[in-house]
Amino acid sequence: MVAIPTAVKRLHRRRVLRGMVGGAAVSVGLPLLNCFLNGNGAALAAGGPLPTCFGTFFFGLGFNPGRWEPEAIGANYTMAPELSALAPFRDKINIYTGMQAFLDGRPNRVHDTGVQVCMHGEIARSREATPPSIDSLIGDVIGTRTRFRSIEVSSIGSSRGYSSRGRGEVNPSEVSPAALYARIFGPEFQDPNAATFTPDPLMLARKSVLSGMSEQRAALVRDLGAEDRARLDGYFTSLRELENQVSLSLQKPEPLQACTTPQTEKDPTTGTVVENVLATNKLFSGLLAHTLACGQTRVFNSIYTSALSTIRRAGSADTHHVLTHEEKADEKTGYQPETTWFNERSVEALVDLITALSNLHEGPGTLLDRTVIYVSTDTGRAAVHSLINMPLITVGSAGGRMKTGIHYHGNSDPVTRVGLTIQRALGVPTSSWGNDSNTTSAHINDVLA
Amino acid sequence: MMMSISLFKPTNDGIASFLRFVSVGVMAALLMTTASPSAIAAEASVGKPVMRRLSPEQYILTINGIFGRDIDLGGNFETEVREDGLLALGASRVSVSATGMERYDAMARAVAAQVVDPAHRDTLIPCKPASVSEPDNACARQFLAEAGRLLYRRPLTEQELQIQVDTAAAATVRLKKFYDGLGLSLAGMLGLPQFLFHMQTVEGDPANPGQYRLDAYSKASALSFLLWNSGPDGELLAAAEGGALQTPEGLARQVDRLLASPRLEDGVRAFFTDMLQMHDFSALTKDAEIYPKFTTGVAQDAREQTMRVIVDHVVTRGADYRDLFTTRRTFLTPALGAIYQVPVRPYPEKDSPNRGWQPYEFPEGDHRAGLLTQLSFVAMHSHPGRSSPTLRGKAVREIFLCQKVPDPPGNVNFEVVQDTKNTIHRTARERLDAHAREPMCKGCHKLVDPIGLALENFDSAGGFRTSENGAAIDTKGEIDGVKYEDALGLAKAVHDSPAATACLVKRVHAYTTGRKTTPADNEWIKRLQDGFIADGYKIPALLRRIATDEMLYRVARPQTEAANPATTLFAQTTAQ
Repeated sequence: MVAIPTAVKRLHRRRVLRGMVGGAAVSVGLPLLNCFLNGNGAALAAGGPLPTCFGTFFFGLGFNPGRWEPEAIGANYTMAPELSALAPFRDKINIYTGMQAFLDGRPNRVHDTGVQVCMHGEIARSREATPPSIDSLIGDVIGTRTRFRSIEVSSIGSSRGYSSRGRGEVNPSEVSPAALYARIFGPEFQDPNAATFTPDPLMLARKSVLSGMSEQRAALVRDLGAEDRARLDGYFTSLRELENQVSLSLQKPEPLQACTTPQTEKDPTTGTVVENVLATNKLFSGLLAHTLACGQTRVFNSIYTSALSTIRRAGSADTHHVLTHEEKADEKTGYQPETTWFNERSVEALVDLITALSNLHEGPGTLLDRTVIYVSTDTGRAAVHSLINMPLITVGSAGGRMKTGIHYHGNSDPVTRVGLTIQRALGVPTSSWGNDSNTTSAHINDVLA
Repeated sequence: MMMSISLFKPTNDGIASFLRFVSVGVMAALLMTTASPSAIAAEASVGKPVMRRLSPEQYILTINGIFGRDIDLGGNFETEVREDGLLALGASRVSVSATGMERYDAMARAVAAQVVDPAHRDTLIPCKPASVSEPDNACARQFLAEAGRLLYRRPLTEQELQIQVDTAAAATVRLKKFYDGLGLSLAGMLGLPQFLFHMQTVEGDPANPGQYRLDAYSKASALSFLLWNSGPDGELLAAAEGGALQTPEGLARQVDRLLASPRLEDGVRAFFTDMLQMHDFSALTKDAEIYPKFTTGVAQDAREQTMRVIVDHVVTRGADYRDLFTTRRTFLTPALGAIYQVPVRPYPEKDSPNRGWQPYEFPEGDHRAGLLTQLSFVAMHSHPGRSSPTLRGKAVREIFLCQKVPDPPGNVNFEVVQDTKNTIHRTARERLDAHAREPMCKGCHKLVDPIGLALENFDSAGGFRTSENGAAIDTKGEIDGVKYEDALGLAKAVHDSPAATACLVKRVHAYTTGRKTTPADNEWIKRLQDGFIADGYKIPALLRRIATDEMLYRVARPQTEAANPATTLFAQTTAQ
């Protein structure tokens, strides 16, 4: 079930509980929302277009080679059978075929190497040498002025994720939609469309506590070796983000037309049974859409199934991963039938995310229009862990910065070209992305607007 | 409630003596501007200081130890990372992510709010403010210094303390509530690296000029986290403060005290939870349709069963580590009884200290004995709906013998391995035999399958069976040249394997030092292994050996000083 917007905004519990305690209340009356729409009805924030958002969507084990690629190159292609559920969104997405990750003679750490190249642009030589993931690079540019730098979720129940600030420090994923709801829309949520705004004295107090903590950096890192110093620098970067979060809560947020507080939802049954994972993904998708629409973050990472996907049907001992290796291919079609069924569920999960973003209207468009989602997986052919012809999809145009409706064929180009194209569309100042044979300095002209 | 007021002693004196101590450290450092050649040679066998992030259990035990067991932490923790088989090594490599920071912050505020709430403040705060709506710096200082000493595991520097007092005052003015302001300052301390990381401080070793050692407080922490999985208590800090801990007798006295404490159980549990990778158990699920008896409750009980057996065997009975592989003694709940096919009476006294756990001894000749036949082992190293000889064999080699089994090659065809509907290959052994005929698979499967196949009498959920798909299960196998008929034979082989006891010592060493073992450690490890054998394979004796070993507290020349010989303040991270 998608989180349903409530017609009536909830009163902030904080306001009810604390009222005016301890601070001079500043009440700011807000005019009607229509005042924030320009002549064409396009939603504006702070006098400019609404900000762009970026997300990643990861699904494990790829698709069947030969069954997901469109035949025609360019626009107006026909969706291939495995992706048929994406047909209604054809003009909002791009499909990239013929892209690959290069090993340069290094071992294929199965189900891991492909993810590294898609998310980090390279196969890191060590944990510490792992560069930041693509969402981090983009977050540095578009995500520094929101309450959350990025939000990570995983529908498969593991808090491990693929987003990282570098040095192999993984940003943990939220696994419970109810917990995510509490984190975003709990008592600390500032409704951008609330009629009044009162800075919370508690937040003012917390702000000075956090700056007292930051002050101690110099004394603490002074005598550390380089590696531990880097670790504490990571800590203090995270602390600054928390300070930023608290500071932002003291400012009156810009009104955002599509922002409504979703209803709380109970978590679906956890576990690896496909129906439950899909239900969790759907709840997360709805919550992420509301989180973006309410300006709480501009960057998200959503994992439907992990690289070594343990998703399965109820009552079956065979996980998607086991099936890719052990299931007999159907003699007539040449494809493994159960594996294919699971692949199609991955597409269904992506459709649920796209739908959630398309359902939030902002002026004449939707939230999806100002977003770009980078969809990647771990392998081009799961049965043999191939890194050739890795399926990649982008969804949305990032506010017109990317063309959509295109099938691009890469002729064995590195997968990093797609990531570089997105980075350029979103204003990341970079001349190239990746290393060794996965390096590219050429974005994809056909899709960069 | 665990907290006792006696933990809080006036610390004005403590800070003064700490500062004196710092100046002694600095003086000692000033005297040692050149290192002798022998000192440089000695450095080759010692590690750098290690900065470990508190594990979730350490965080909980520390908070419960200081503020009482009724403090509810709520929230959840940063993800842990396993390196070289141990989360304890990953803890020396990780930082704090933005999400982790949010989580720590939320937990810190939740804990602090409870400490200062009306239900706790009278016991936990040693003074009363002059006014509940205004700052009282003297009272705030007293509380923050005392709590801070336990949280930072050393006295606060004057500068640190002043920041916390100022923070409390500013927040009190803002909120017009003394206790809320004090709580926020406490929350700040709970979120700082001084609490969240074990930060080690290095000083010159007066007995060995040119060499370096951990300072007394870092030593106290190292001891306490090893043996109690928690920060030092007041007595241990006092031993650090008074200098006794830097003498061999003083160290031995504290080690013996910690070993004799009931809290040793926390330390032993933490080590084995890490070594046996029991953290992963929380994510363990079995297919409810295939294994209806295997519920979340059973999974929790299975983990607890193993921990109870280990604590009973290793700590309570002080028995031989090797016998953990063969012991018939265990503990059961009714839910576990259903899977072990042992009738267990319903909980007689639900609130008894045993919380429904009952000791049980499998009869002689039973097919269950030792850790490898426990639910926690066979169920964890299986697929959700099917056993896995390969995963189990790999786990025996990697967890108990410290032998790394290579990952499978990328381009393998597995189609035949576990096609359970295959009418020709009905058992796992037949399927694996077919698969292992592939030359590229053969090498590794030879290493692991004969181990795992011995455990095939236990299905994915740990239930006993003698056949699979109507075909009898053959449990014969072989490990490193020792042949056996079944799981009990395998257990005996591991019990007798010198690799198993050597592995245990290696794990204890890595867990204790918090860093990767290097060839320079070999001599030290060999010494510990010889001691372990001489002690009759007793874990507490091994812990005593490593905890009283001066090698543990020796550290390499501090990097900052090496980089800049003029720097002498290296002696104290905290010296201001």
